[in-house]
Amino acid sequence: MKKQKFEFFEHTADIKFRAYGKNLEEAFENSASAFSFHVSRGGKIKSNKIKEINLEGADLEALFYGFLDELIYLLDAEGFIVVKAKLSIDENKLKGKLYGDEVKKYKDLDHVKAATYAEMYLKKVKTGWEVQAVLDV
Amino acid sequence: MIKKIAENIWQIEKEGKMNVPITVYASEQLLEKIKQDKTLEQAKNMAMMTGVVKHVVVLPDSHQGYGACIGGVSAYDLNKGVISPGQTGYDINCGVRLLALNLSKKEFLKKREQVLNDLYKTVPSGVGKGSELKFNDKELDEILEKGLQWAFDKGYATKEDVEHIEDKGRIEGADASKVSQKAKARGRDQLGTIGSGNHFLEIQEVEEIFDKKISNIFGLENEGQIVVMIHTGSRGLGHQTASDYIHKMEKEYGFKDLPDRELACAPIESRLGKEYRAAMAAAANFAFVNRQFITYQVRKSFEKYFPGTRVKVVYDIAHNIAKFEEFEIDGKKVILCVHRKGATRSLGPGRIEISKDYRKVGQPIFIPGSMGTASYVLVGTEKAREISFASTAHGAGRLLSRTYAKNNLSSDKIIKNLKERDIMIKAGSKKGVLEEAPEAYKDVNEVVRVSNELGIGNIVAKLRPLAVMKG
Repeated sequence: MKKQKFEFFEHTADIKFRAYGKNLEEAFENSASAFSFHVSRGGKIKSNKIKEINLEGADLEALFYGFLDELIYLLDAEGFIVVKAKLSIDENKLKGKLYGDEVKKYKDLDHVKAATYAEMYLKKVKTGWEVQAVLDV
Repeated sequence: MIKKIAENIWQIEKEGKMNVPITVYASEQLLEKIKQDKTLEQAKNMAMMTGVVKHVVVLPDSHQGYGACIGGVSAYDLNKGVISPGQTGYDINCGVRLLALNLSKKEFLKKREQVLNDLYKTVPSGVGKGSELKFNDKELDEILEKGLQWAFDKGYATKEDVEHIEDKGRIEGADASKVSQKAKARGRDQLGTIGSGNHFLEIQEVEEIFDKKISNIFGLENEGQIVVMIHTGSRGLGHQTASDYIHKMEKEYGFKDLPDRELACAPIESRLGKEYRAAMAAAANFAFVNRQFITYQVRKSFEKYFPGTRVKVVYDIAHNIAKFEEFEIDGKKVILCVHRKGATRSLGPGRIEISKDYRKVGQPIFIPGSMGTASYVLVGTEKAREISFASTAHGAGRLLSRTYAKNNLSSDKIIKNLKERDIMIKAGSKKGVLEEAPEAYKDVNEVVRVSNELGIGNIVAKLRPLAVMKG
């Protein structure tokens, strides 16, 4: 059976998800998919546009927060919704490409206000990496 | 250990690293719900912060948030204390504005659908629906620094509107240069928009008046009168501002000693503390102007279908913000930095912060219910200053997660149910409606009852929705 890329968990007011990957890059990439799944309310988003991404964080958690923050920024300021990411991570630096489409082409989208550190973790597990975050919605 | 002190009052004594105790204001029924998630754990974290005074207050509608709980209030000593974006929420000056019209329900119902459709077009809601209003850098900076004064100068607001808004819609000390370009880019075309989630615009009727004298002063004169309630905040601009400063604060002051990284903070009187204060004020002004633009559109819509209708701003309150207010601690008058996150300010009669039109009776308070349920108008009290840092509840308070709502409820049923109760809804997303189902929230009647019984916000009037607009 193929392992799940991401899962959503119960949270009273906000959105909590966990993403998995055989390495950290894949866990981040699957986090972008989780983000996309939430925003698109599970709908299909096409991959028509590419955005470069280049980030640095004080530590892994800050990098993860910064990554999610960037996805929100692109949604609000540049009208870009991500569907897939291809990333490389070196220490606390991340770079790569985001694939997605223009927000205005889609009708039924949900918003995210901010990333948060609440209940955030990034940990090595037997099968690779597991990351968790709560989004303020 | 939580113990009952009096009816609707519970206390968690200081333990471990807590600097102050926690006071929970809730009925037994509400407390049971509060205990089901991480609300009290988060309140304990708030009680561990440096410079926090007297107690952490947990209000009847509290539920788990991130960092601080929603419905949580904490106050800090200006010299020893901190200012913390995670304790006011990302949506800086998320708030509620109420408009009173000289229009009856009977008249309104004749053109309800037209008005709702018109507003759906002129007040954008949902994701990616930008505003028609575009501003250059200079204009945006002026909006951030001058708030409602800018709107008044440009003809978007009347003098009376300005008087009837918390801080007259302009928080002093706002500095646009302390708001990042990123935040400005996110907010630039979002002025005059509702957003999504639990934000809404509702056309309601005054269903029941409990305090005739005060409701008259607020402009709510008779049952069946039409009012409009607007719930939204500072949109992407505010959210980004809070995120930016959380990063700056953890970089400068670290987070290893904090009970939760989300509670990143800076000393109030530090350079960074002051910068956040200036940025928060700017974002708050943006939110006031946001609600003003929506008011402007509401006036245009009603003018179109009911020429000559007078649309008066009753009041506009912020329920996510840090304010500097005077309190009495150990018999001494002191200024404290009060963080309210999902909490409404409740100021009693005589306070100079209140508009002179209402000063004799106290500040108006609005507690919206969940979609399709009642909302309430309350009035602030002196008692609130004594026991809850001049705060009361801000809404019904969430009970079920969005995931649960999506998996277990049906949007068709919800819309049918609203229709049966003669409530018209216009929403961008069926799934969005589902997530905001009334069943996902606590009972607003119970929240308001407890506030009234405790005397931290007294009931003035009950409002019933007739038309709902959501993102």
